[in-house]
Amino acid sequence: MTSLKPSSTDVASSATDHAHQDHRMFGVATFLVADAMTFAGFFAAYLTFHAVNPLQPDAIYELELPLPILNTVLLLVSSATFHKAGQNLRKGANQVCRQWLMLTAVLGLAFLVSQMVEYFTLPFGLTDNLFASTFYALTGFHGLHVTLGALMILIVWWQCRTPAGRVTSENQFPLEAVELYWHFVDGIWVVLFLILYLI
Amino acid sequence: MTVSLTPQGEQHRPSLQPTGWLRYFSFSVDHKVIGLQYLVCGFLFYLIGGALAGAIRTELVSPMSDFMPRDVYNQVLTLHGTVMIFLWIVPVVNGAFGNYLIPFYVGARDMAFPRLNAVAFWLIPPAGLLLISSYFITGAAQSGWTAYPPLSTTTAASGQVIWILSVLLLGGSSIFGGINFIATVLKLRRPGLKLMQLPMYCWAMLGTSILVVLSTPVLAGTLILLSFDIVAHTGFFNPGLGGNVVVYQHLFWFYSHPAVYIMVLPAFGLVSEILPVHCRKPLFGYATMVYSIMAIVVLGLVVWAHHMFTSGTPPWMRLFFTIATAFIAVPTGIKFFNWLATLWGGRIALNSAVLFSCGFIINFVLGGITGVALAQVPFDVHVHDTYFVVAHFHYIVYGGTVFVIFASIYHWYPKVTGRMLNETLGRLHFLLTFIGFNLCFAPQHWLGLNGMPRRVAEYDPQFAFINQLSSAGALLMAISTLPFLWNVVDSAFRGEIAGDNPWNALTPEWLTSSPPPVENWEGEAPLVHEPYGYGVPIDQIDLAAASGSDLWSSGK
Repeated sequence: MTSLKPSSTDVASSATDHAHQDHRMFGVATFLVADAMTFAGFFAAYLTFHAVNPLQPDAIYELELPLPILNTVLLLVSSATFHKAGQNLRKGANQVCRQWLMLTAVLGLAFLVSQMVEYFTLPFGLTDNLFASTFYALTGFHGLHVTLGALMILIVWWQCRTPAGRVTSENQFPLEAVELYWHFVDGIWVVLFLILYLI
Repeated sequence: MTVSLTPQGEQHRPSLQPTGWLRYFSFSVDHKVIGLQYLVCGFLFYLIGGALAGAIRTELVSPMSDFMPRDVYNQVLTLHGTVMIFLWIVPVVNGAFGNYLIPFYVGARDMAFPRLNAVAFWLIPPAGLLLISSYFITGAAQSGWTAYPPLSTTTAASGQVIWILSVLLLGGSSIFGGINFIATVLKLRRPGLKLMQLPMYCWAMLGTSILVVLSTPVLAGTLILLSFDIVAHTGFFNPGLGGNVVVYQHLFWFYSHPAVYIMVLPAFGLVSEILPVHCRKPLFGYATMVYSIMAIVVLGLVVWAHHMFTSGTPPWMRLFFTIATAFIAVPTGIKFFNWLATLWGGRIALNSAVLFSCGFIINFVLGGITGVALAQVPFDVHVHDTYFVVAHFHYIVYGGTVFVIFASIYHWYPKVTGRMLNETLGRLHFLLTFIGFNLCFAPQHWLGLNGMPRRVAEYDPQFAFINQLSSAGALLMAISTLPFLWNVVDSAFRGEIAGDNPWNALTPEWLTSSPPPVENWEGEAPLVHEPYGYGVPIDQIDLAAASGSDLWSSGK
């Protein structure tokens, strides 16, 4: 969590003679490119398996769509609510910002609960066949990202509880970093939903 | 003293940073301390990896596996490859020199994210210890540094899982470092310093870091899937359970081919720094050097399947990857001829740094030629998985990169310690290394062409003499380390005082004291428009002016 330190003690901002420019968002974005490549590897593996290693006819199972569609909606709405939180922080309305943050976290947790419900209703387990393994690996890895994101949202929620706290309209970095991450995780879900449920 | 060291500047200094020798064992955020931590830590692992190589060459002196049991031989070759790649070459050629030099070159006082930098370094020692301890706890992994299934899924699981954990930690360290280098080169440049004015090593590190950020995560994902196969008995890479082994190979080489460029591009950059200084000539073809680095980055991402020509790869794929691989010879050849042209007509100081750089050029072009040969499917099918590949690979990573690491140590040691290295010992070190290296690896081309497979402890007795020749070369390489070790330790205390700029170099790291102060410069960072503006008599160079542009125009 080193990235969540305020800039006043950050050496990065005093590393140069000139202006105290903050490059941390650039670092976060570069990290997300790397993270996206992890998913790209998984997607490439899944699509290759899909094309080259077809399942036995009796192992093919039509995935139910209502729950994943609900999940997609939950995540997309949570992206919007996070955006509202950021807008309010910039206006200095900490308390309103916190309400939107809490709503975002609840939506994220609702996604996780709904994902668990889906896991328990599916008729296949992790090791049943190649599709099952890839399905759980992909959704599990994404779910891990959502879990970490929800935790980070709650941390930011805690950090902006007072106007003099660590996250304020002057120091928005923690919120902006988590927001970028959260949009990224939502975007990954949309791709995942397309190739896992619709193809 | 000067404007930038006001008490306010002191406030930003992180507290609890040790200042004596203890800082090298601390969570220091000073890029120079971290660079040295990488270098020394990497060198210790180099000694371990070298001892493992010695064990391999000892075993291969005789055709029978009489020095160690076969499964121990497998563990030794796996550890040798993993230690040398992930704990010696990648951390040293990126982390060590990158951290030490890049902030100087961009005119910054530290890296963009100093704390992340320290985290990246401190992931390495535990990962290395984890890897090596696996040998003593349950037996190390046996599937080579490539960890191909089914080898990795059918040998002892515990060693393989520890191997995966260790490589994941090292990959994380590499990614954090890459993010830091990209941000530092692109965002932390001194105002007025344009990208095309940067020393070549910055471009090399930018290209390398792009490869690190794009390809290392794919390896991490692949190894996570592999660990699922081992621990949870899923079937991603197990045809018996409906999986596909070749998918592992594709994903693995999507990282591990760029990994070769991650190991060798920084060496290109370092040698481009060393040659102009000691030849007193500008680096030849700066712009073509930059474009060829970027071309290698792009091409390096789309050639991976040339490692898989015998894996049932369809013909169109073989064709594509052969052509793409052959294309890499173009930018690489441009760089090769640029170095030759830099040397051409220069007033060359034939010291240890230049000797090792020239050794690099010779070895690298040999490794490059065998590389182009290996890209051709008909030839590759013949020598795949033989000692020819081993020879090619070591010509690139040892003859190429490790030679440059030694050249760089001879070149920058005066800056780091403030004292000169002993030239006689340096030349002895070069002579022993160059002869030993070529004696060790040149005969392996012949072994491979005649069909000796790699990674086996026993072989056809007809290959015994050539193997003994190779082992004699390995012994010479081991001996060559001794003058080097004595030299770096002894010179640190008794070496001739170097002064700030013993080479009369123009790149920014030489325009400060040796060793440099904590924030690199007393006062403002120099703005160097022409880092390679050599070509005038040394006594006419005004080093205090610190800009090469006027020297460039008045140069002869």
